Amino acid sequence: MEIEDITAQSSIDQDTQDAIAIDRAKGDFRFPENHKYDAGYGLNADTIDYISKVKKEKDWIREFRHRALGVFESKPMPTNWATDDLNNIDFDAIRYYLSDGERPKRSWDDVPENVKITFERLGIPEQERAFLAGVEAQFDSEAAYSNVKEALEEEGVIFVNSTEGLREHEEIFRPWFGKVIPTGDNKFSALNSAVFSGGSFIYIPKGVKVKQPLQAYFRINSENFGQFERTLIIADEGSEVMYMEGCTAPQFETSTLHSAVVELVAMKGAKIQYVTVQNWSSNVFNLVTKRGMAHEDAEIRWIDCNIGSRLTMKYPGVVMKGEGARGEVISIALANDGQHQDTGAKMIHAADNTTSNVVSKSISVGEGISTYRGQVHIPKHLKGCKNNTECDALLINSNSRTDTYPAITVRGNQHVTQHEASVSQVSEEMLFYMQQRGLSEAAAMSLAVNGFVNDLVREFPMEYSVELKRLIDLEMEGSVG
Amino acid sequence: MSIIIKDLHANVDGTPILKGLNLEIPKGQVHAIMGPNGSGKSTLSKVISGHEDYEVTGGSIIMDGEDVLDMDVDERSRAGIFLAFQYPMEIPGVSNANFIRAARQARLPDGEELDAVAYYKELYEKMDALGIDRQFTARAVNEGFSGGEKKRNEVLQMMMLDPNYCILDETDSGLDIDALKVVSNGVNMLRSEERGFLVITHYQRLLNYIKPDVVHVLYDGQIIKTGGPELALELEERGYDHIIKPLATA
Repeated sequence: MEIEDITAQSSIDQDTQDAIAIDRAKGDFRFPENHKYDAGYGLNADTIDYISKVKKEKDWIREFRHRALGVFESKPMPTNWATDDLNNIDFDAIRYYLSDGERPKRSWDDVPENVKITFERLGIPEQERAFLAGVEAQFDSEAAYSNVKEALEEEGVIFVNSTEGLREHEEIFRPWFGKVIPTGDNKFSALNSAVFSGGSFIYIPKGVKVKQPLQAYFRINSENFGQFERTLIIADEGSEVMYMEGCTAPQFETSTLHSAVVELVAMKGAKIQYVTVQNWSSNVFNLVTKRGMAHEDAEIRWIDCNIGSRLTMKYPGVVMKGEGARGEVISIALANDGQHQDTGAKMIHAADNTTSNVVSKSISVGEGISTYRGQVHIPKHLKGCKNNTECDALLINSNSRTDTYPAITVRGNQHVTQHEASVSQVSEEMLFYMQQRGLSEAAAMSLAVNGFVNDLVREFPMEYSVELKRLIDLEMEGSVG
Repeated sequence: MSIIIKDLHANVDGTPILKGLNLEIPKGQVHAIMGPNGSGKSTLSKVISGHEDYEVTGGSIIMDGEDVLDMDVDERSRAGIFLAFQYPMEIPGVSNANFIRAARQARLPDGEELDAVAYYKELYEKMDALGIDRQFTARAVNEGFSGGEKKRNEVLQMMMLDPNYCILDETDSGLDIDALKVVSNGVNMLRSEERGFLVITHYQRLLNYIKPDVVHVLYDGQIIKTGGPELALELEERGYDHIIKPLATA
């Protein structure tokens, strides 16, 4: 779609444009590609040397990448437990690195015009004004725009991309890089470790409480281009930060791979909240590894919403390493026709008196499949650990599907765990009641679904929760009648 | 201006329940329908409002010249038919304020947005009139409500949606006398020349508070007797049998 067309249309009938120009439509356009660096198709040792050279990386990083490539190649696809759809990823048809070859921008004025238009359509400038302390927005694999407000810099907060983080702040990031999620954790964490670029590296100094959420917008703009961002957030003792990522992607004709690694480190008494709204287009394989390490009395919360993609596999985890640490995963998944949301949580208790909480709600529409996989691990030698797990599934149509695989391993008898699971449908009598008040069947369904996830949507920051409600409305439109 | 029901036949699961029912409810009047259990009272309310489990096999329902049977459930609602449910449904996670707001929004033309400030002002006025606490707006629709609260909520929705014809299905069931008075007062506030009521009840008690203009007796899917308010008292004193039995033996 040409951007000129959009502008022309909007001048003809602004009201109509405004009415329809929400959310999904925003992601459905692209610009001509003009990349200064392109690693070509396929993955081998040369690809990695190329990426490392372009990024002017030190030897240890290049060696890290090469080792990871070996691990990636040696690991089989996890189709013994996961879906066979993974076999449809053609690794040779993917371009592993693209960059516009420009340094990240500090001010809005420096950002190229077509990038700006994209961000405007995604609503970033308003959010910048209204909410944000800093923006690290990824356009293809390098950040096209990054801006950390002066106040944050004065407090010593570092908010940069992965390349800059490892180059300029090696002493801070290297000790934790690849430590929460080792390269060999799974096939896709290995892939990311081999070819990562972009993502955010953040350090919050001791005692600093960042009041506004830090935010990143990700976007894929090149066909057949996999995005492999790498994020590492370190919250030093007693600090607090909320990080938000949301993504929309343009529609492509062939499948696209997104495989991120996100590592969080919360030092003693620190708090990290990581909020994700995932709305990739329905041809994207979204295979993401996310894990946090919570030290003594620290708290890590993953607040995660998956609406888009063809297949998402994502199980955010918290390793509670210090006494009194807390971990939480709040997740919403919506699987429509042709989609499989395979999500869950991993809670690893590794110290006394640690507490974890998992609340997961999934909605399956049409032939959509949602799967919950939960792992809670409490070893025998610990005492006073608590876990609460709730997972509720809502099926909209008779051909919708949900599967639940909870694995709760609790050894010893000095712990408290509880697990609740439910599967429900929107009853005909409830729909009749709402329709009798004048709501169309689709509107009634939307309201019921929004009600189902309402208590979790409230956990998202305001502008995300509004967007989520709209996205759910749009998703439900095709589900009835 | 009225709802005119002619020779209405309807089945539930293939079994005929309404068997040639005739009824006319003009605007400005309150009609009560009384009848023993299983006579078809609730079926009538579901058929008028368009529940898909109730199959109309014959007859017609015409509202102010429009064919009601041609309309979907939500169209009937927006055209002015309101059903106060005997068992109002719970809608988890959806607040009362948002639910009623969505119903109001559904009545606006495409592209027009409900004025939120005016909406809340009106909602609060009507809640005050019904003695409903302000916290009610944030509670999920009917979730954890007592019987009385649920019925009060039905009347509040009725007030907010300003229908032309109201059907009250066994609104008195499960209500103590205080709740009954509150709910009846709400309904009486809505009585006007512009609105018709069909009050379905098993007991005469409700009709002490909502005074009907006309009383019908429904039995075996047909209206078998029609009279004034005194008919309800007669039924209360002497039971349904003295009306039904002479018919059966005739």
